[in-house]
Parts: sequence; C-alpha cells; structure tokens
Amino acid sequence: MRVSPKTPALLVAVTCLVSVFMLAPIGLSVLAGLVNNYSMGIKSGLTLRWLTEVLAVYGSTINWSLLLGLLCVVGNLLIGVPCAYALARSQSRAARLFEELLTLPVAVPGLATALALILTYGHMRDFRQSFAFILVGHMVFTLPFMVRTVSSAFQRNDLAAMEEAARTLGASFTQRFLGVLVPAVLPAIVAGSLMVFTLSVGEFNLTWMLHTPLTRTLPVGLADSYASMRIEIGSAYTLVFLIVILPVLWGLQAIGKLIEKHHGT
Amino acid sequence: MQRVLAFCAAPAVAFFAAFWLLPVVQLLTLPSKKGWDTYFAVLTNSRYLQSLINTVSLSLVVTMVTLLLGAIVGIVLGRQTFKGRQLLLSLLTLPLSFPGVIIGFFIILLAGRQGLVADLTEWLGWGRTTFAYGLTGLFLGYLYFSLPRAIATYTAAAGAMDAQLEEAARTLGASRWQVARDVWIPELAPTTIACGAIIFATSMGAFGTAFTLASKFEVLPITIYNEFTNYANFALAASLSITLGLITWLVLFVTRRFTSAKTSTKTSAKYGVATTGV
Repeated sequence: MRVSPKTPALLVAVTCLVSVFMLAPIGLSVLAGLVNNYSMGIKSGLTLRWLTEVLAVYGSTINWSLLLGLLCVVGNLLIGVPCAYALARSQSRAARLFEELLTLPVAVPGLATALALILTYGHMRDFRQSFAFILVGHMVFTLPFMVRTVSSAFQRNDLAAMEEAARTLGASFTQRFLGVLVPAVLPAIVAGSLMVFTLSVGEFNLTWMLHTPLTRTLPVGLADSYASMRIEIGSAYTLVFLIVILPVLWGLQAIGKLIEKHHGT
Repeated sequence: MQRVLAFCAAPAVAFFAAFWLLPVVQLLTLPSKKGWDTYFAVLTNSRYLQSLINTVSLSLVVTMVTLLLGAIVGIVLGRQTFKGRQLLLSLLTLPLSFPGVIIGFFIILLAGRQGLVADLTEWLGWGRTTFAYGLTGLFLGYLYFSLPRAIATYTAAAGAMDAQLEEAARTLGASRWQVARDVWIPELAPTTIACGAIIFATSMGAFGTAFTLASKFEVLPITIYNEFTNYANFALAASLSITLGLITWLVLFVTRRFTSAKTSTKTSAKYGVATTGV
C-alpha cells in the first residue's frame, strides 16, 4: 500500500484494524466450514463433508429461498414497475402521499411488520402455513426498493421527449410502455431486481416470525443450525449463503458501473 | 392520462394497502382493546423501560463509534489510490447483505467458547476468555453490521471532497488537527447526520444478531419477540412494536427533513440495502 504523506499514519492504522475486524470472521467462517475439526484447525485436513451434510439436512431451505427470491422479483416487477412510472409522471398529492407511505416498511423494524401480518392474516390457516405468507412479507418489504430505483430512472428528461415522439407517431400506451420506456430504464430495472433478490434471500427479521416448521428459508435454517449443530456445519452453511449471494452482488456492482458510465449520475 | 397513471399504480396500491396498511392499522388498534394504558406499557413497566433504555443506549454508542471509525476508513479509502483498493472496498461492504444471524455467528466464532480470542488468551496463559454472549459481544456484532454502511457512504463523500480547500488550509499553515476540524468535519457533516440516523434506526430494530447471541443484555426487539412467542401477550407485543417503530421512523423522518434532499437520496439510492433489515 503506497501512502501519500497527506494521510496520517494513525488513520491508516485504524483502517487496517477495522479491515481485520471486518474480514477475519468471514475468513474464519469459510475455513471452519472446510476443515475436518474446527478446534484442531487446518491440521485436521480439508473436507467437503460438512457441505454435503448441509445440503442433505438443509438443502430444501436453499431451494425455497432461491424460489422465494425469484418470485419476489417477478411480483415486484409486475406491480412495482408500472407504479414507479405512475409516481414519476404524476404531479398529484396522492402520488406524493403514496411515495411517502411506501418508505414506511423500510423505516419500521421488520418485527413490527411481521406482527401486523400475523395479527391480520394469521387465522387463515392455509395461507399462514404456506410460503405465500413469507412471500407477501418479503414483497411488502422490498417493493419500496424496486419502486424508488426504477422511479428515479423514469424521471430522466429525455424519456418524456422519447415517449412524446412515440405517441405522435401513433404508438398506443402499451406499445410506448413496453417498447420505449421499459427498454430505456432496463439497467435500473435490473439493478432493482438484483437488490430485491439480495434482500429477500438474506431477510431474517420478518421471516423468523412468519415461518412455520414446514416453511423455512435459508436464514431461518442458518439460525437453526447455529443453535443446534456443530460449529463446522454452521460455517459450511454460511459458506453456502455466500456462494448464493456473491454472484448477485457482483452483478449489482457491474450494473451500477454501467449506469454510471452511460447516464452519469 | 391521469386515468392511465391511476391504472398503473393500482396493483401496487392495492397490494400495499392489503398487506401493509391494513395489518398495521390492526397492530395500532390492538393495544386499545386491553385498555388505553397498554400503549404506555414501555414507560410504566420497569422491565420494558429497562429494555428500551438498553436498546437506545446501545444504539447510540454503536452509532457514534461506527461514525468515527467509518469516517476514518472512508477518508483513507476515499483519498488514497493503491492496488486492490476497489477489492478491499467491496469486501468491506459485503456484510451489508448478511442477515443478522450470520453476524451473531461471526461474533461467536471470534469470541465464543471455541473462538479465536479464547484460543489466543489460552496460548498466552490467561485462560479461555469469552465475551460473545454479553454486552461486549452484542456491541461488536452491532458494530460489525453498521460499519459497512458507514464505510461505503464516507468513502463516496470523502472522494467527492474539495481537495483545494484542504490545500488552501495547509498553505495557510493549518495543522493536521485544524484541517480535520475546519475542513473534513464540516464537509462530511451532511453525510454524518444522514448516515448516523440510518445506523441508529437499524441498530434499534436489529433482531437476528441479538437472537443468535442469546445475550443476557436484553434489547427491545428480543423483548417483543419473547412477549409474542413465549407469553402470547399480543397486545403488549403490539404496543412495544409501536414504540419501537415510532422511534425509528421519527429519527429517519426528522433527519430527512433537516439534511438536504440531495445527499440523503443519493446515498440511499446507491447503498439502499435494507435499512432495518439486520
């Protein structure tokens, strides 16, 4: 690390210390999931045994989390993208009010939202005991992220002109929306989707309250394994979470760079 | 056109009304069925009051330490260019997407019974030290999930700082401390307020980390969870959730009003991963 004389050594030392604090647990956890015996360390040899065991015991939680994440994205695309357009174009007071209301599920702790959902819909047994209940919770929590990301993209000035041009050429609203507007904000839609997916796969606060023994997601399984399994299995399971989430985060970063390059925000 | 817009917004509005607004109204009215004083349970019952004081003080301390450390790391990473800087930055912000339970587990790996610190202190002949399950462990966990957000925000803000201002201060003979006080702190003030509010609100509502650590130091989300699950005391759980939600919402709302719209929307759009999602 080349340090210019402008930055005091103390600040660099603090930065190194913070970096160790942030990165050591990740490294430790990855290692613990791959060694035969955690207390003996790397001397006990590397193994994939714990990963296989995680897949055998908790494999279904991984599939359900991926599926829930995907459904959450699809659901939020269907209801969120048109809503983002309406909020970007409308000048009405109702639109501003709804925009404000939409930030609430993010500002209020997930625990409160989960309690509210259980109090209202808990008595509908089939709904309560299905993954749809968790899906609804995830969608309410992630909808604001999709709407906000896409809505700010819809607000670009050149878009209104493009839409106007398409309209004067005789394109119907559906044609304009799907043929002109959506392609123009596609990077924002992809970014919003990846964000929603990440949030859904990692969500715990809501999910822990909403889950039942038959509807468990990856983070719920994680909590279970930390409480009841040996440390190597908890670590291997954490490694599985990292493997699921990392490609999505890389995608998110790449999209962010793309947007910055093309639209210069 | 108005009609088309209303048509576009309708599905989202209906969904939000059915699965957030309606349930929350239920939550808000539930305590009144047990008498109006249920709303003030957090103030009248000493156990709940203690839990609230615990949560607020822990969150305040965590916020201040996070802002200080995050600003330092942000200033270093935002102004230095070195090989691997981008990689380090993305690794440091990676935990933004971790659920709170993972962070609790990390603290156990560090400072639990089989932890790194215990091995280290045993090797030094001090016996096996563990502090994962007490206040220290909880504090470190909260620090862990707060730091990535602060680092990301401060790095962006420090990178955008006016280098000429600092240059001018130095030429005029300002000491390092004076540069920090008169240039860095004022320039980073809007970031500090916006980021501090988000970190405070996140810490107040955090559940997963404390849940995994099963800490003896009880925080409000754990109290709510216990009332609901172990004692089936729904009205009380609702009352405490309202208190908690009101505090986090108010903190975020007030800071949003007081900081310029520009800084808050920009940073939240860029690093808009879960505000209360730990």
